[in-house]
Amino acid sequence: MGIEEKLPSGVLLTTVEGVAGYMRKASFWPATFGLACCAIEMMTTGGPKYDLARFGMEVFRASPRQADLMIVAGRVSQKMAPVLRQIYDQMPDPKWVLAMGVCASSGGMFNNYAIVQGVDHVVPVDMYLPGCPPRPEMLIDAILKLHDQVQHTKLGVNRLAEIEAHEDAALKALPTGQLKGLLR
Amino acid sequence: MEKRPEDNPTASQDPSLDVVRETSDEVIARRQGMFGVLGTGDTSGYGGLVRQVEMPGATAPPYGGWMDDVTAALTAATRDGGLDAAIEKVVVHRGEITFFIRREHIAAVAKLLRDDEDLRFELCSGVSGVHYPGDTGRELHAVYHLLSMTHNRRIRLEVAAPDADPHIPSVVATYPTADWHERETFDFFGIIFDGHPALTRIEMPDDWPGHPQRKDYPLGGIPVEYKGGTVPPPDQRRAYN
Repeated sequence: MGIEEKLPSGVLLTTVEGVAGYMRKASFWPATFGLACCAIEMMTTGGPKYDLARFGMEVFRASPRQADLMIVAGRVSQKMAPVLRQIYDQMPDPKWVLAMGVCASSGGMFNNYAIVQGVDHVVPVDMYLPGCPPRPEMLIDAILKLHDQVQHTKLGVNRLAEIEAHEDAALKALPTGQLKGLLR
Repeated sequence: MEKRPEDNPTASQDPSLDVVRETSDEVIARRQGMFGVLGTGDTSGYGGLVRQVEMPGATAPPYGGWMDDVTAALTAATRDGGLDAAIEKVVVHRGEITFFIRREHIAAVAKLLRDDEDLRFELCSGVSGVHYPGDTGRELHAVYHLLSMTHNRRIRLEVAAPDADPHIPSVVATYPTADWHERETFDFFGIIFDGHPALTRIEMPDDWPGHPQRKDYPLGGIPVEYKGGTVPPPDQRRAYN
Protein backbone atom coordinates (compact mmCIF):
# COMPACT_ATOMS: atom_id res chain seq x y z
CA MET A 1 0.00 0.00 0.00
CA GLY A 2 2.22 2.77 1.29
CA ILE A 3 5.66 3.37 2.68
CA GLU A 4 5.12 0.79 5.46
CA GLU A 5 5.35 -1.97 2.87
CA LYS A 6 8.88 -0.84 1.97
CA LEU A 7 10.34 -1.02 5.49
CA PRO A 8 13.17 -3.47 6.10
CA SER A 9 12.32 -6.38 8.36
CA GLY A 10 13.27 -5.89 11.98
CA VAL A 11 12.10 -4.04 15.05
CA LEU A 12 10.82 -1.08 13.05
CA LEU A 13 8.61 -3.23 10.82
CA THR A 14 7.15 -5.28 13.66
CA THR A 15 6.39 -2.10 15.60
CA VAL A 16 4.63 -0.57 12.62
CA GLU A 17 2.74 -3.86 12.11
CA GLY A 18 1.50 -3.75 15.67
CA VAL A 19 0.29 -0.16 15.41
CA ALA A 20 -1.28 -0.60 11.97
CA GLY A 21 -2.98 -3.84 13.08
CA TYR A 22 -4.42 -2.16 16.15
CA MET A 23 -5.75 0.76 14.08
CA ARG A 24 -7.25 -1.56 11.51
CA LYS A 25 -9.04 -3.84 13.94
CA ALA A 26 -10.30 -0.95 16.06
CA SER A 27 -11.90 0.73 13.06
CA PHE A 28 -13.32 -2.21 11.17
CA TRP A 29 -16.35 -1.31 9.10
CA PRO A 30 -18.46 -4.03 7.52
CA ALA A 31 -20.22 -3.72 4.15
CA THR A 32 -23.84 -4.78 4.07
CA PHE A 33 -24.11 -7.93 2.04
CA GLY A 34 -27.19 -9.69 3.38
CA LEU A 35 -28.40 -12.29 0.89
CA ALA A 36 -30.77 -14.52 2.85
CA CYS A 37 -31.86 -15.51 6.35
CA CYS A 38 -28.34 -15.07 7.79
CA ALA A 39 -28.80 -11.35 7.12
CA ILE A 40 -31.50 -11.25 9.81
CA GLU A 41 -29.00 -12.54 12.36
CA MET A 42 -26.42 -10.10 11.03
CA MET A 43 -28.83 -7.19 11.50
CA THR A 44 -29.66 -8.43 15.00
CA THR A 45 -25.96 -8.46 15.76
CA GLY A 46 -25.83 -4.77 14.95
CA GLY A 47 -28.90 -4.06 17.07
CA PRO A 48 -29.04 -2.95 20.72
CA LYS A 49 -29.17 -6.41 22.34
CA TYR A 50 -25.98 -7.88 20.88
CA ASP A 51 -24.54 -4.44 20.14
CA LEU A 52 -21.72 -4.71 17.65
CA ALA A 53 -21.01 -1.07 18.55
CA ARG A 54 -19.01 -2.44 21.49
CA PHE A 55 -16.34 -3.28 18.91
CA GLY A 56 -16.77 -0.11 16.84
CA MET A 57 -18.53 -2.02 14.06
CA GLU A 58 -22.12 -0.85 14.19
CA VAL A 59 -21.86 1.22 11.01
CA PHE A 60 -22.70 -1.13 8.16
CA ARG A 61 -21.51 0.81 5.13
CA ALA A 62 -23.82 0.85 2.15
CA SER A 63 -20.85 1.79 -0.02
CA PRO A 64 -18.09 -0.78 -0.53
CA ARG A 65 -15.61 2.09 -0.88
CA GLN A 66 -15.86 2.74 2.87
CA ALA A 67 -15.85 -0.86 4.04
CA ASP A 68 -13.09 -3.14 5.30
CA LEU A 69 -15.04 -6.34 5.86
CA MET A 70 -17.59 -8.06 3.64
CA ILE A 71 -19.90 -10.34 5.64
CA VAL A 72 -21.43 -12.62 3.01
CA ALA A 73 -24.64 -13.52 4.86
CA GLY A 74 -26.61 -16.12 2.92
CA ARG A 75 -26.49 -18.32 -0.15
CA VAL A 76 -24.87 -16.89 -3.28
CA SER A 77 -26.70 -17.76 -6.48
CA GLN A 78 -24.90 -18.10 -9.79
CA LYS A 79 -26.50 -14.84 -10.86
CA MET A 80 -25.39 -13.00 -7.71
CA ALA A 81 -21.78 -14.22 -7.94
CA PRO A 82 -20.53 -11.57 -10.43
CA VAL A 83 -22.26 -8.85 -8.40
CA LEU A 84 -20.57 -10.10 -5.24
CA ARG A 85 -17.20 -10.10 -6.98
CA GLN A 86 -17.76 -6.55 -8.19
CA ILE A 87 -18.58 -5.35 -4.68
CA TYR A 88 -15.42 -7.07 -3.45
CA ASP A 89 -13.32 -5.45 -6.18
CA GLN A 90 -14.74 -2.05 -5.28
CA MET A 91 -13.59 -2.34 -1.65
CA PRO A 92 -10.23 -0.66 -1.01
CA ASP A 93 -7.33 -2.70 0.35
CA PRO A 94 -6.82 -3.99 2.98
CA LYS A 95 -10.07 -5.96 2.95
CA TRP A 96 -11.40 -9.11 4.55
CA VAL A 97 -14.26 -11.50 3.79
CA LEU A 98 -16.30 -13.42 6.35
CA ALA A 99 -18.45 -16.27 4.96
CA MET A 100 -21.42 -16.32 7.34
CA GLY A 101 -23.40 -19.54 7.56
CA VAL A 102 -22.99 -22.90 5.80
CA CYS A 103 -24.46 -21.68 2.51
CA ALA A 104 -21.85 -18.98 2.04
CA SER A 105 -19.13 -21.34 3.31
CA SER A 106 -19.90 -24.45 1.25
CA GLY A 107 -23.30 -24.23 -0.46
CA GLY A 108 -24.92 -25.83 2.57
CA MET A 109 -28.21 -27.55 1.93
CA PHE A 110 -28.40 -26.11 -1.61
CA ASN A 111 -26.23 -28.61 -3.44
CA ASN A 112 -27.70 -27.85 -6.86
CA TYR A 113 -27.22 -26.00 -10.14
CA ALA A 114 -28.41 -22.60 -8.90
CA ILE A 115 -26.14 -21.92 -5.92
CA VAL A 116 -22.39 -21.28 -5.83
CA GLN A 117 -20.90 -24.06 -3.71
CA GLY A 118 -19.10 -21.79 -1.30
CA VAL A 119 -18.29 -18.13 -1.79
CA ASP A 120 -14.57 -19.00 -1.82
CA HIS A 121 -15.10 -19.93 -5.48
CA VAL A 122 -15.54 -16.21 -6.14
CA VAL A 123 -13.59 -14.26 -3.50
CA PRO A 124 -10.86 -15.19 -0.99
CA VAL A 125 -12.42 -15.93 2.41
CA ASP A 126 -10.63 -15.12 5.67
CA MET A 127 -13.10 -16.60 8.14
CA TYR A 128 -15.70 -19.33 7.77
CA LEU A 129 -18.61 -19.29 10.21
CA PRO A 130 -20.77 -22.44 10.31
CA GLY A 131 -24.38 -22.49 11.44
CA CYS A 132 -27.78 -22.37 9.78
CA PRO A 133 -28.07 -19.53 10.56
CA PRO A 134 -25.36 -18.81 13.16
CA ARG A 135 -26.50 -17.01 16.30
CA PRO A 136 -25.36 -13.41 16.80
CA GLU A 137 -22.97 -14.62 19.49
CA MET A 138 -21.33 -16.90 16.92
CA LEU A 139 -21.01 -14.03 14.46
CA ILE A 140 -19.45 -11.83 17.14
CA ASP A 141 -17.08 -14.67 18.01
CA ALA A 142 -16.08 -15.01 14.35
CA ILE A 143 -15.57 -11.26 14.11
CA LEU A 144 -13.41 -11.22 17.23
CA LYS A 145 -11.30 -14.07 15.85
CA LEU A 146 -10.98 -12.06 12.66
CA HIS A 147 -9.99 -9.01 14.73
CA ASP A 148 -7.18 -11.14 16.11
CA GLN A 149 -6.06 -12.01 12.58
CA VAL A 150 -6.21 -8.36 11.57
CA GLN A 151 -4.19 -7.32 14.62
CA HIS A 152 -1.46 -9.78 13.69
CA THR A 153 -1.44 -9.11 9.95
CA LYS A 154 2.11 -8.76 8.76
CA LEU A 155 3.43 -6.14 6.38
CA GLY A 156 6.05 -5.92 3.66
CA VAL A 157 8.66 -8.69 3.54
CA ASN A 158 7.10 -10.41 6.56
CA ARG A 159 3.79 -10.58 4.71
CA LEU A 160 5.44 -12.11 1.63
CA ALA A 161 7.08 -14.79 3.78
CA GLU A 162 3.73 -15.48 5.49
CA ILE A 163 1.96 -15.90 2.13
CA GLU A 164 4.63 -18.34 0.99
CA ALA A 165 4.27 -20.38 4.20
CA HIS A 166 0.48 -20.55 3.76
CA GLU A 167 0.88 -21.59 0.14
CA ASP A 168 3.26 -24.44 1.09
CA ALA A 169 0.93 -25.66 3.82
CA ALA A 170 -2.06 -25.60 1.46
CA LEU A 171 -0.20 -27.58 -1.20
CA LYS A 172 0.78 -30.26 1.32
CA ALA A 173 -2.68 -30.50 2.95
CA LEU A 174 -4.55 -33.77 2.47
CA PRO A 175 -8.02 -33.49 0.87
CA THR A 176 -10.82 -33.89 3.40
CA GLY A 177 -12.08 -37.05 1.73
CA GLN A 178 -8.74 -38.78 2.30
CA LEU A 179 -8.39 -37.92 5.96
CA LYS A 180 -8.42 -40.86 8.31
CA GLY A 181 -9.30 -41.25 11.95
CA LEU A 182 -12.03 -39.97 14.21
CA LEU A 183 -14.63 -37.60 12.86
CA ARG A 184 -13.48 -34.34 14.37
CA MET B 1 -72.12 -42.53 -7.15
CA GLU B 2 -70.11 -39.37 -7.53
CA LYS B 3 -70.25 -36.75 -4.86
CA ARG B 4 -70.36 -33.22 -6.14
CA PRO B 5 -69.87 -29.84 -4.52
CA GLU B 6 -73.58 -29.08 -4.97
CA ASP B 7 -74.23 -31.50 -2.12
CA ASN B 8 -72.69 -28.74 -0.08
CA PRO B 9 -73.87 -25.37 -1.39
CA THR B 10 -70.94 -23.38 -0.06
CA ALA B 11 -67.93 -24.53 -2.08
CA SER B 12 -65.98 -26.63 0.37
CA GLN B 13 -62.41 -27.80 0.75
CA ASP B 14 -63.59 -31.06 2.29
CA PRO B 15 -61.66 -33.84 0.52
CA SER B 16 -64.60 -36.25 0.96
CA LEU B 17 -66.45 -34.15 -1.61
CA ASP B 18 -63.84 -34.77 -4.29
CA VAL B 19 -65.05 -36.28 -7.49
CA VAL B 20 -63.83 -39.87 -7.29
CA ARG B 21 -63.47 -41.86 -10.49
CA GLU B 22 -62.65 -45.52 -10.82
CA THR B 23 -60.90 -45.04 -14.15
CA SER B 24 -59.78 -42.08 -16.15
CA ASP B 25 -58.86 -41.69 -19.77
CA GLU B 26 -56.16 -39.24 -18.90
CA VAL B 27 -53.57 -41.47 -17.26
CA ILE B 28 -50.21 -39.91 -18.06
CA ALA B 29 -47.89 -42.21 -16.14
CA ARG B 30 -47.82 -45.37 -14.09
CA ARG B 31 -45.36 -45.56 -11.19
CA GLN B 32 -44.31 -48.80 -9.59
CA GLY B 33 -42.63 -49.48 -6.28
CA MET B 34 -41.47 -46.96 -3.80
CA PHE B 35 -37.90 -47.03 -2.62
CA GLY B 36 -35.01 -49.32 -3.38
CA VAL B 37 -32.82 -50.41 -6.21
CA LEU B 38 -34.50 -51.52 -9.40
CA GLY B 39 -34.22 -55.19 -10.33
CA THR B 40 -32.63 -56.38 -7.11
CA GLY B 41 -34.03 -57.49 -3.80
CA ASP B 42 -36.32 -54.82 -2.46
CA THR B 43 -36.62 -55.23 1.29
CA SER B 44 -38.76 -52.14 1.87
CA GLY B 45 -42.05 -54.00 1.45
CA TYR B 46 -43.32 -51.28 -0.87
CA GLY B 47 -42.08 -52.83 -4.11
CA GLY B 48 -45.59 -53.92 -5.14
CA LEU B 49 -47.13 -50.49 -5.04
CA VAL B 50 -48.60 -49.27 -8.31
CA ARG B 51 -49.74 -45.71 -8.67
CA GLN B 52 -51.52 -44.12 -11.63
CA VAL B 53 -50.63 -40.53 -12.39
CA GLU B 54 -53.74 -39.10 -13.99
CA MET B 55 -54.98 -35.69 -15.01
CA PRO B 56 -58.31 -34.60 -13.54
CA GLY B 57 -61.19 -35.33 -15.88
CA ALA B 58 -63.86 -32.82 -16.74
CA THR B 59 -66.49 -32.17 -14.06
CA ALA B 60 -70.12 -32.28 -15.17
CA PRO B 61 -72.27 -29.23 -14.39
CA PRO B 62 -73.85 -27.96 -12.19
CA TYR B 63 -70.88 -26.93 -10.07
CA GLY B 64 -72.78 -25.06 -7.37
CA GLY B 65 -72.88 -21.48 -6.23
CA TRP B 66 -71.24 -18.72 -8.23
CA MET B 67 -69.22 -21.17 -10.34
CA ASP B 68 -72.25 -21.85 -12.54
CA ASP B 69 -72.74 -18.10 -13.01
CA VAL B 70 -69.13 -17.64 -14.09
CA THR B 71 -69.26 -20.65 -16.40
CA ALA B 72 -72.51 -19.44 -18.00
CA ALA B 73 -71.20 -15.91 -18.41
CA LEU B 74 -67.92 -17.14 -19.89
CA THR B 75 -69.66 -19.56 -22.25
CA ALA B 76 -72.00 -16.81 -23.45
CA ALA B 77 -69.13 -14.36 -23.86
CA THR B 78 -67.00 -16.80 -25.85
CA ARG B 79 -70.01 -17.69 -28.06
CA ASP B 80 -70.67 -14.01 -28.74
CA GLY B 81 -67.00 -13.47 -29.48
CA GLY B 82 -66.94 -16.36 -31.94
CA LEU B 83 -64.65 -18.47 -29.75
CA ASP B 84 -66.92 -21.50 -29.33
CA ALA B 85 -64.05 -23.96 -29.09
CA ALA B 86 -62.10 -21.92 -26.54
CA ILE B 87 -63.09 -23.87 -23.40
CA GLU B 88 -61.66 -27.36 -23.51
CA LYS B 89 -63.02 -28.57 -20.18
CA VAL B 90 -63.97 -27.37 -16.72
CA VAL B 91 -62.58 -29.02 -13.61
CA VAL B 92 -63.92 -28.42 -10.11
CA HIS B 93 -61.65 -29.76 -7.42
CA ARG B 94 -61.74 -28.99 -3.71
CA GLY B 95 -64.02 -26.02 -4.19
CA GLU B 96 -61.83 -24.43 -6.84
CA ILE B 97 -62.72 -24.09 -10.51
CA THR B 98 -60.25 -24.44 -13.37
CA PHE B 99 -61.02 -23.64 -17.00
CA PHE B 100 -58.83 -25.43 -19.52
CA ILE B 101 -58.49 -23.02 -22.47
CA ARG B 102 -57.23 -23.98 -25.92
CA ARG B 103 -53.99 -22.12 -26.38
CA GLU B 104 -54.82 -20.20 -29.56
CA HIS B 105 -57.71 -18.50 -27.73
CA ILE B 106 -56.11 -17.63 -24.40
CA ALA B 107 -55.38 -13.98 -25.24
CA ALA B 108 -58.95 -13.34 -26.43
CA VAL B 109 -60.46 -15.23 -23.48
CA ALA B 110 -58.35 -13.20 -21.04
CA LYS B 111 -59.69 -10.00 -22.57
CA LEU B 112 -63.27 -11.28 -22.23
CA LEU B 113 -62.68 -12.31 -18.61
CA ARG B 114 -61.43 -8.85 -17.75
CA ASP B 115 -63.96 -6.77 -19.69
CA ASP B 116 -67.24 -8.70 -19.51
CA GLU B 117 -69.65 -7.16 -17.02
CA ASP B 118 -70.58 -10.47 -15.39
CA LEU B 119 -67.00 -11.70 -15.18
CA ARG B 120 -64.78 -8.69 -14.36
CA PHE B 121 -61.61 -10.61 -13.46
CA GLU B 122 -59.48 -7.52 -13.03
CA LEU B 123 -56.41 -9.09 -11.46
CA CYS B 124 -54.12 -11.80 -12.77
CA SER B 125 -52.11 -12.73 -9.72
CA GLY B 126 -49.64 -14.97 -11.48
CA VAL B 127 -48.62 -17.13 -14.39
CA SER B 128 -47.12 -20.46 -13.39
CA GLY B 129 -45.68 -23.29 -15.41
CA VAL B 130 -46.03 -27.04 -15.02
CA HIS B 131 -44.14 -29.77 -16.86
CA TYR B 132 -45.84 -33.14 -17.37
CA PRO B 133 -43.32 -35.21 -19.35
CA GLY B 134 -45.80 -38.11 -19.56
CA ASP B 135 -48.67 -36.04 -20.96
CA THR B 136 -47.77 -36.64 -24.60
CA GLY B 137 -48.55 -33.72 -26.89
CA ARG B 138 -49.40 -31.40 -23.96
CA GLU B 139 -46.23 -31.52 -21.90
CA LEU B 140 -46.10 -27.88 -20.88
CA HIS B 141 -48.95 -26.17 -19.03
CA ALA B 142 -49.29 -22.49 -18.15
CA VAL B 143 -51.59 -21.74 -15.23
CA TYR B 144 -53.19 -18.32 -14.63
CA HIS B 145 -54.83 -17.32 -11.35
CA LEU B 146 -57.47 -14.64 -11.72
CA LEU B 147 -59.32 -12.61 -9.12
CA SER B 148 -62.49 -10.60 -9.62
CA MET B 149 -62.48 -7.82 -7.06
CA THR B 150 -65.93 -6.70 -8.21
CA HIS B 151 -67.55 -10.06 -7.47
CA ASN B 152 -64.99 -11.50 -5.03
CA ARG B 153 -64.36 -14.65 -7.06
CA ARG B 154 -61.24 -16.55 -7.90
CA ILE B 155 -60.78 -18.82 -10.92
CA ARG B 156 -57.89 -20.58 -12.57
CA LEU B 157 -57.08 -20.94 -16.26
CA GLU B 158 -54.88 -23.67 -17.64
CA VAL B 159 -53.36 -23.81 -21.11
CA ALA B 160 -51.38 -26.71 -22.54
CA ALA B 161 -48.72 -26.72 -25.25
CA PRO B 162 -46.62 -29.53 -26.71
CA ASP B 163 -42.92 -29.65 -25.94
CA ALA B 164 -42.16 -29.67 -29.68
CA ASP B 165 -44.00 -26.37 -30.19
CA PRO B 166 -43.90 -24.52 -26.85
CA HIS B 167 -45.75 -21.39 -27.94
CA ILE B 168 -48.61 -19.78 -25.99
CA PRO B 169 -50.05 -16.32 -26.77
CA SER B 170 -49.15 -13.69 -24.18
CA VAL B 171 -51.81 -12.08 -21.97
CA VAL B 172 -49.65 -9.03 -21.18
CA ALA B 173 -51.84 -6.84 -23.42
CA THR B 174 -54.75 -7.58 -21.07
CA TYR B 175 -52.96 -8.12 -17.76
CA PRO B 176 -49.76 -6.00 -17.62
CA THR B 177 -48.83 -7.64 -14.30
CA ALA B 178 -48.28 -10.90 -16.16
CA ASP B 179 -45.17 -9.42 -17.79
CA TRP B 180 -42.58 -10.67 -15.31
CA HIS B 181 -44.56 -13.83 -14.53
CA GLU B 182 -44.45 -14.84 -18.18
CA ARG B 183 -40.74 -14.08 -18.27
CA GLU B 184 -40.26 -16.32 -15.24
CA THR B 185 -42.31 -19.11 -16.77
CA PHE B 186 -40.28 -18.79 -19.95
CA ASP B 187 -37.06 -18.82 -17.94
CA PHE B 188 -37.89 -21.93 -15.95
CA PHE B 189 -40.03 -23.95 -18.38
CA GLY B 190 -39.15 -22.67 -21.85
CA ILE B 191 -42.72 -21.73 -22.75
CA ILE B 192 -42.50 -18.99 -25.40
CA PHE B 193 -45.22 -16.39 -24.88
CA ASP B 194 -45.94 -14.94 -28.32
CA GLY B 195 -46.65 -11.22 -28.24
CA HIS B 196 -44.77 -10.56 -25.00
CA PRO B 197 -43.00 -7.17 -25.19
CA ALA B 198 -39.58 -8.44 -24.04
CA LEU B 199 -39.38 -12.13 -23.34
CA THR B 200 -35.97 -12.58 -21.72
CA ARG B 201 -34.73 -14.54 -18.75
CA ILE B 202 -35.58 -12.98 -15.41
CA GLU B 203 -34.24 -15.32 -12.69
CA MET B 204 -31.33 -17.20 -14.24
CA PRO B 205 -28.30 -15.48 -15.80
CA ASP B 206 -28.87 -14.37 -19.41
CA ASP B 207 -26.51 -16.97 -20.87
CA TRP B 208 -27.93 -19.93 -18.93
CA PRO B 209 -28.47 -23.06 -21.04
CA GLY B 210 -31.73 -24.95 -20.57
CA HIS B 211 -34.82 -24.40 -18.46
CA PRO B 212 -34.19 -25.63 -14.90
CA GLN B 213 -37.72 -26.38 -13.65
CA ARG B 214 -38.41 -29.00 -16.28
CA LYS B 215 -38.62 -32.51 -14.88
CA ASP B 216 -35.79 -33.74 -17.11
CA TYR B 217 -33.38 -30.98 -16.07
CA PRO B 218 -30.60 -32.40 -13.89
CA LEU B 219 -30.45 -31.10 -10.33
CA GLY B 220 -26.70 -30.51 -10.52
CA GLY B 221 -24.53 -30.19 -7.43
CA ILE B 222 -21.07 -31.37 -6.51
CA PRO B 223 -19.81 -34.31 -4.44
CA VAL B 224 -19.51 -33.35 -0.77
CA GLU B 225 -16.34 -34.41 1.02
CA TYR B 226 -16.46 -35.45 4.64
CA LYS B 227 -13.58 -36.70 6.70
CA GLY B 228 -12.82 -40.12 5.26
CA GLY B 229 -15.65 -40.17 2.73
CA THR B 230 -17.38 -38.50 -0.18
CA VAL B 231 -21.13 -38.24 -0.80
CA PRO B 232 -22.24 -37.75 -4.42
CA PRO B 233 -24.81 -35.06 -5.29
CA PRO B 234 -28.47 -36.07 -4.84
CA ASP B 235 -29.30 -37.04 -8.42
CA GLN B 236 -26.22 -39.24 -8.74
CA ARG B 237 -26.98 -41.35 -5.68
CA ARG B 238 -28.84 -44.63 -6.01
CA ALA B 239 -32.17 -44.39 -7.79
CA TYR B 240 -35.46 -44.41 -5.92
CA ASN B 241 -37.67 -45.70 -8.78
